Amino acid sequence: MKDDSRVHSVLFAGVGGQGIIRASDIMCMVMMEAGYDVKKSEVHGMAQRGGCVNSDVRYGKKVYSPLAEAGSGEILVSFEKMEALRYLKFISADASVIVNTEEIYPPAVNIGDTSYPEDVVGFLKKNYPRVVAFNAAEIAQKAGNVKAANVVLLGAVSNLLNVDKSIWETVIKKSFPQKLIKLNLDAFQMGIAA
Amino acid sequence: MSGNEAIARGVYEAGVRFAAAYPGTPSTEIMEEFVKYDGVYAEWAPNEKVAVEVAIGAALGGAKALAVMKHVGVNVAADPIFTVSYTGIEGALVIISADDPSMHSSQNEQDNRNYAKFAKIPMLEPADPQEAKNFIKYAFEISEKFDTPVFFRTTTRVAHSKSVVTLKDPEMPQDATRLVHHAEKYVMVPINARIRRVEVEKRQLALKNFVENFPENKMEINDPEVGIITAGMPYNYAKEVFPDFSYLKLGMVYPLPAQLIHEFASRVKKIYVIEELDPYLEEQIKAMGIEVTGKDIFPYTNEFDPGIVKKAINSDRSGTVSPYQQSLAHRPPNLCPGCPHRGLFHALKKSKAYVHGDIGCYTLSYLKPLEGLHSCICMGASIGMAHGMSKALKEKGKGKVVGVIGDSTFLHSGITSLLNMAYNNSDALIIILDNSTTAMTGMQEHPGTGYTLMGKEAKKVNLNVLVSALGIENIRVINPYNIKETQIAIKDELASSGPSVIISQAPCVLFKRANLKPVPPLKIDADKCEGCRTCLTLNCPPIAWKAGITKEGSKRKGIAVIDETLCNGCGLCAQVCKFGAIS
Repeated sequence: MKDDSRVHSVLFAGVGGQGIIRASDIMCMVMMEAGYDVKKSEVHGMAQRGGCVNSDVRYGKKVYSPLAEAGSGEILVSFEKMEALRYLKFISADASVIVNTEEIYPPAVNIGDTSYPEDVVGFLKKNYPRVVAFNAAEIAQKAGNVKAANVVLLGAVSNLLNVDKSIWETVIKKSFPQKLIKLNLDAFQMGIAA
Repeated sequence: MSGNEAIARGVYEAGVRFAAAYPGTPSTEIMEEFVKYDGVYAEWAPNEKVAVEVAIGAALGGAKALAVMKHVGVNVAADPIFTVSYTGIEGALVIISADDPSMHSSQNEQDNRNYAKFAKIPMLEPADPQEAKNFIKYAFEISEKFDTPVFFRTTTRVAHSKSVVTLKDPEMPQDATRLVHHAEKYVMVPINARIRRVEVEKRQLALKNFVENFPENKMEINDPEVGIITAGMPYNYAKEVFPDFSYLKLGMVYPLPAQLIHEFASRVKKIYVIEELDPYLEEQIKAMGIEVTGKDIFPYTNEFDPGIVKKAINSDRSGTVSPYQQSLAHRPPNLCPGCPHRGLFHALKKSKAYVHGDIGCYTLSYLKPLEGLHSCICMGASIGMAHGMSKALKEKGKGKVVGVIGDSTFLHSGITSLLNMAYNNSDALIIILDNSTTAMTGMQEHPGTGYTLMGKEAKKVNLNVLVSALGIENIRVINPYNIKETQIAIKDELASSGPSVIISQAPCVLFKRANLKPVPPLKIDADKCEGCRTCLTLNCPPIAWKAGITKEGSKRKGIAVIDETLCNGCGLCAQVCKFGAIS
């Protein structure tokens, strides 16, 4: 796979505060350790303020652009259910979609101006060959902390990539303070199994 | 490494130890990273003009100095920049302009390459973090060699994208600081300025020769049918989708290498100029008599991506289609749970006043349901605009015109406007939203926080005393978490004659040094909730609507619920609930 001249794109999306940037950072380190050139883009400034957040991770033998061409993403990792719908134009028709089924209502839904979309997972399953859907927040809670939902999702991402799981574990160990390592390794394993 | 981390590293590797800045996305992390290196001096100045003046002072004392700002910050700093172009410096001076095509977190997307041409200052532009680290060293070398300030332009995608960066051992800095008197070079009275003006043109000629051999203006001849002239991040977009075309990639975007461009043009048939925002390269290249295609096919607005470049060149007008065709609710950024601004804007909305805003977290209150702002132009503008509107409307505006401003932006550029308001005496009400930090860009220090960027304790300006010294007599300090008190203060001060200032004082909830004691999250009693959604109009992230939970004897169609993992118990929702359902 290292000689594969194509550039691969994984798109992370969700709501500010969900640990999206951290997750994409971990994925970058993993792909670097696996021998790829890696670039990623993200937009700062609103991370803790509940707005949309997304981050492209691109890897391959040589990567020029940190942004993927719309319609070319191979994996979409959505940290919130309806956010998956927002980013579909960035992924290809045969992309894999990993979606956290947790619902976070935007203000317009809360004040009753509009409604939350129904049967998001059903829609995704109808349109994409591989959809992995689970409630990452609940799983993270079982691992010990709801904030580890991002690492649960990375577990599911790791199932789709041809990179040794031990590289993931090594990078996760380096990414968290000592007291949070076990929790995050557990969360990662639970994501693999989800 | 991100582009910003790479720049900080490059500055350090180049032996530079002096930097001044005002925070602004996407530039802020450069200083936050730079200050971590040993032996550096770095400061947050109250605004970009001051930061540039501080850096000029250091450079006149022989130091290699850096000033950092976002693109609109260069507007604030333009005055000294245009004239230091005449004087030159003793040491070195580099000014970083971090531009924001697509306005990810800015009020406009001005193309600051124009400033280079306008102020006759050379400008470098890297395309990725590795180049950012490498080019910043060239910037200081050019500054020293040609006795000129140098612009260094990044864009959001360079500043905030991450890629692999190879580091070098840092140079040991040599202390070249000295006091040299050279008044005819640095006192820009007309008689000296006219002489320096000629020197600028001589420097321009020397730089035009230099750029012809500048190693980061790179020509790659591949397919001779199509040539691309580009600079910065768009190079990567083009290279990804058209790897076989020929390229002239400019690392220096001012001045342009005319001979090199002519040579490139002679070696390829069809030329495209690929650049975000203005046809800056295109117009200059066309003026050289070279036929190119640029903004005829590429957009003027927003940042590009590989798809935009590909479609423009292939004349493909199809959009990328999502299988999901229904509209989705927007998810705009919001004030944080427990934010002190929320109570203030909730109270202010009730006053029905026209509210002039400025740049900060509180700008987020513009959106539904808070709808707290009616104008927002730039930092510091709210005070002048409120004063002007109040003066123009006379009696019609009495009690109806408010300006809101943050503590950091008040110190940035609100002080002189408030002085003006006291001096020219209008009836507007100014509310300083004092959360004791520069919150929007991530908790930077300023003269009101009592600490410096270096982490040292500092003289802390007392806003109350400052406002009073500017000539404002009606000053009131309030706690925005107390909605009733806030409403009364706003009502009273709107009714009073002459200028008034309310200081709405409560630290940002994310501000660690404030040592806010954790308060238990609140709960909504499902039996008492009548589903009126009043609490939801606060737009606090933990409060959500849960449809379908009805109650006998009540018309409610659902209830509000609080996510305990997000709520920090600020108590605003309990104050607005008419049914006592929140505790």
